[in-house]
Amino acid sequence: MATPVIELKNVSRKFISAQGQVTLALREMSLIVNEGDFCAIVGPTGCGKSTTLGMITGLSPPSTGSVKVFGKPVTGIDPNIGFVFQADAVFPWKNVIDNISVGPIYRGKGTKMAKDMAAEWVRRVGLSGFEHHYPHQLSGGMRKRVALAQTFINEPKILLMDEPFAALDVQTRALMQEELLGLWSEKKASVVFVTHDIEEAIALADRVVVLTRGPGSVKSSYEIPLARPRDVSEARYSDQFVHLSKQIWFDLKGEVQI
Amino acid sequence: MNSLTSTSGNPLASAEELAAIAKAVNRQRLVIFLRIALMVVTLTSWESAVRYELIDPFFFSQPSAIYEQLDVWLTEGTAQGPLWSELLVTMEETVIGFLIGSVLGIFCGIALGRNKLAGDVFSIYIKVGNAIPRVVLGSIFIIMFGLGMASKVALAVVMVFFVVFGNAFQGVREADRNLIANAYILGASKRQVTFTVVFPSALSWILASLHVSFGFALVGAVVGEFLGARHGIGLLISTAQGTFNAAGVFASIIVLAVVALIAEYLLTALEDKLLKWRPAQFVEHGM
Repeated sequence: MATPVIELKNVSRKFISAQGQVTLALREMSLIVNEGDFCAIVGPTGCGKSTTLGMITGLSPPSTGSVKVFGKPVTGIDPNIGFVFQADAVFPWKNVIDNISVGPIYRGKGTKMAKDMAAEWVRRVGLSGFEHHYPHQLSGGMRKRVALAQTFINEPKILLMDEPFAALDVQTRALMQEELLGLWSEKKASVVFVTHDIEEAIALADRVVVLTRGPGSVKSSYEIPLARPRDVSEARYSDQFVHLSKQIWFDLKGEVQI
Repeated sequence: MNSLTSTSGNPLASAEELAAIAKAVNRQRLVIFLRIALMVVTLTSWESAVRYELIDPFFFSQPSAIYEQLDVWLTEGTAQGPLWSELLVTMEETVIGFLIGSVLGIFCGIALGRNKLAGDVFSIYIKVGNAIPRVVLGSIFIIMFGLGMASKVALAVVMVFFVVFGNAFQGVREADRNLIANAYILGASKRQVTFTVVFPSALSWILASLHVSFGFALVGAVVGEFLGARHGIGLLISTAQGTFNAAGVFASIIVLAVVALIAEYLLTALEDKLLKWRPAQFVEHGM
């Protein structure tokens, strides 16, 4: 079998505050993501979902255990990784085209070439005509499109998403989910998608991993057999979907109840 | 009734819209009228209080005397030379001090803000430096650099430096963690993060400090001239003080105020240009 793209083995993560207080965010967590997999992680608040993503990027190393990306231990930020944040992380002082072209520019491509690439992505995420708008002039959904284009332009092989659509209204969220699946199906990156929304997890992913309450570890894992390409708005009414959603909710309920 | 309402500027604007526009225009006229009225009332009462001997012009001067003083300075020049050249000396000291102080402040603020260890080590000394009433350094600078321009520039520099440094440092520390993480993941080096994320984040803090610190630079230059100088508005004030010429002091204050207002206007224009990406409500200056 091929090496998994992401492999977390018995990973624990402690946070030590300046006052010397120790918080355990993750405990003996193991997770494997294979090439082209769309893996969603759901779990109660404070169970270490975002911490998991931070360890895969290399921004925050694990306290014990090993994190491997493409079979190699993580030592720094891997250039194959793309990350979409929950909060707005587009640069407010750059207009749409400049925001999208920063990735290639940081990576040493010429400004001219980066701008050409960005222009193509502006079109792909449906922002034509807004090239010279600043983020504050755009709606929440449009800013999210900028963030997606900004990440996808680097053609990441691993895409990490930390509740990217949590701040959007229901209709925009559904649209953005469709859009994400469309963009993903072209490149087939491996995705780890953190969310607290069970339906979003099922609608998007091949596999849904449920974490226990903090300090988190994997409680259960569900294969999602829904056919692709999926119509997100249609899929959620099928019996299969409802059944899975009940099962996962039942699992999660045990963890959120106090 | 959407079809009847239209945007402003349209000749078919509804009566309601016209009324609203008229109201806004009237309000603005009222504000301008009241501003002028307030000035006229203040100056007239001052002048008449002196004429009717309610206050002593020896201490308080009077608007007409101040006007005459300004007129004399403009047409015949001051005792030290033409008013323009005196003002030019003070402005040169102020602007050079302001530029050196703000560049140093921005540079040190960003360098220490980006380097946690250096920041922790130096922060205590910056606090100590900031606690010194910096005007008193003027005496040291006169001894060190003499009566010429250098001592005034040095005083203006230290006046400006701490304000700009403090804001730049704070601005760097307040830079959004998410934006920095995003830049690193998108492929930025530490240097690129400093220049393309941290500096623009801190820019609104830095520009805010420049408004205050230009005034500080002016204070530094004028106080330096008080302490000992051959030219400048500060010397003009201290000469007027020495001859109990209250009108001369007031006239100098007016000259300085005009300069400070012009500088404020220019800095605001610069700020609006550099920060055009900000939402409009933050850019308005309540004029």
